[in-house]
Amino acid sequence: MTSPAPTSTESVTPTSAAEVSGPRSFRLRRRLSRAVVVVLLLAFSVLFSYPFVWLVSASLKPRSDVFDNRLVPKVATLDNYVSVWQEAPLALWIGNTLLVTVLAAAAVTVTSAMVAWAFAYYRFPGRNLLFGLVLSSMMLPGAVTMIPVFLIWDSLGQVDTLTPLWAGNLFGSAFYIFLLRQFFLGLPRELFEAATIDGAGHWQLFTRIALPLCRPALAVTLLFEFQAAWTDLMRPLIYLRDSSNFTIARGLKALLDQFGFGGEWHWEIVVTASVITTIPMIILFFLGQKHFVAGITTGGTKG
Amino acid sequence: MTSAQDTRAGTTLPPGTEGDRPAQGARKQSWRDGVRRGDWRPALLFLSPWVVGFTVFTAWPVIYTGYLSLTDYDVLTAPSFVGLENYQRLVQDQDALRAMNNTMVYTVLQVPLYVVFSLMLALLLNQVVGRTAGIFRTVFFLPSMTPPVATGVLLLLLFNGQDGLLNEVLAWFGINGPNWTTDPFWIKPGLVLMSLLSVGGSVIILFAALRGVPQDLYDAAFVDGAGFWRRTWHVTIPMISGALFFVVVVNTIAALQSFTEAYTAFFGVGNTTYSNEAAELYAIHVFRQAFEFLHMGYASALAWLLFLVIMVITAVQVVVSRRLVFYEGGAR
Repeated sequence: MTSPAPTSTESVTPTSAAEVSGPRSFRLRRRLSRAVVVVLLLAFSVLFSYPFVWLVSASLKPRSDVFDNRLVPKVATLDNYVSVWQEAPLALWIGNTLLVTVLAAAAVTVTSAMVAWAFAYYRFPGRNLLFGLVLSSMMLPGAVTMIPVFLIWDSLGQVDTLTPLWAGNLFGSAFYIFLLRQFFLGLPRELFEAATIDGAGHWQLFTRIALPLCRPALAVTLLFEFQAAWTDLMRPLIYLRDSSNFTIARGLKALLDQFGFGGEWHWEIVVTASVITTIPMIILFFLGQKHFVAGITTGGTKG
Repeated sequence: MTSAQDTRAGTTLPPGTEGDRPAQGARKQSWRDGVRRGDWRPALLFLSPWVVGFTVFTAWPVIYTGYLSLTDYDVLTAPSFVGLENYQRLVQDQDALRAMNNTMVYTVLQVPLYVVFSLMLALLLNQVVGRTAGIFRTVFFLPSMTPPVATGVLLLLLFNGQDGLLNEVLAWFGINGPNWTTDPFWIKPGLVLMSLLSVGGSVIILFAALRGVPQDLYDAAFVDGAGFWRRTWHVTIPMISGALFFVVVVNTIAALQSFTEAYTAFFGVGNTTYSNEAAELYAIHVFRQAFEFLHMGYASALAWLLFLVIMVITAVQVVVSRRLVFYEGGAR
């Protein structure tokens, strides 16, 4: 979060005018309302973290206790993790997912940055029209392009491979183009003029100056797309047939179909697999939290 | 889009990029200067990935879907032209109408709740500062990190009528909770409730907007004797209406296309446990028609209808917002 840090604790609260005069009753009321705010925030925090905590706790319970809704398991065991590992080719699925997510995130970041740079730096006829097209393509529902895109990958013999899950990202993506363009527009133009005078070419302006200065925005793009690719279900449902090609989200759905619904009620396996699917995202979020939050902020308020 | 938006985003730029306040006007100017002829050649080089991608993966598919919607096509044999038959069928198709209805009910319930809930959390967050705010922000964002497939699983486990946690909690208050996952009437409210957990992104957007509201406006309102609610209604809401509008539009589009959570919980191989007609959202219906039943032509017509609906709804929102959204400096 890089929004300007408030200078003092009070200056951001709407009651700061009271600060100047500050009679007793005001201060008391303020303290009271502060307490109410904190209690509410804590209550919502419990609400928001509960599902995941519940999931983790359920994954540690033996089969018979999975639904007992206790937060601390009566008997804690790692058996479920062992049996999930035996039941499903999890390592393979995670490997597939890592491959897809890394390629997807890298591809979309590089190409979106290039396109964003063109829209930010260059003046060329039709620029606004083209950028309008970029923005409007954000509004297009995926369902409209789903079938022809499937037919493209089918004709290239890529169905039931991992390619369709990431290769589309080689062409940039509207949301990230928009996000990165805003960052490029924030760079001082004089910098590039100076570099041009010093003899830098177009490609150097981009790779040596623009990209390094936009590292936070690039990190955001990487993280966003990593998350999107990691959790994507629809495309794996469309393109993947053989379970050895599954991504972890697709695999989790398969486990749910088999062990949740499919007559063999082994919810402990589904629950444990859900935890395993979630943990990498949480780790990633904690690692990249600062950039992540800053990125949403910029992308969002730019409306 | 200028002023209010730019100022706010300017403050979120990383240090060292000189996006900071005072240079605002000057910076804008300098990006407008320096128009050079011949810029289109390097520009085209940088644009080429998007030009190729847009043509192949967006423009052509949109047109081709339009064409397919006029055909009978099952992937195995070549498409055969049938004119408007798919659209005639669509109008009479009870399943499609039910799916559209499901999606509308879901959207109408979800978007207002979602936006109000995120606004409330953002307002709360705005009352605390520093590390505390950071920690809460992270916690609120956590469920958005949970993969939607796992969220679907959670929905089934926490919301089920027999031993689900939600109903146990309701029971403390003497409320006899419904069967969220099996009662056709309660399936969509259940999905909506579950989706409320993923407000994190919207909360952060609104929170950032709240941080951009000038303090003197609050002080002035305070001096005029406005209490918390009046300040919120007359100062805060108008000042962040740009971000609020963004959140509404984006979430409406997303709600109309909802797929993963409902699909995970109520559809799939071997899932005969739950009655799932009430959970068949429109995107699920399109997906199943195309890839389960291989009715590609018909699914294309369905997809076009969704496209039209989203365009109309977004357009209405834009028109309405003209009267409601306030941009600093009067620019739009």
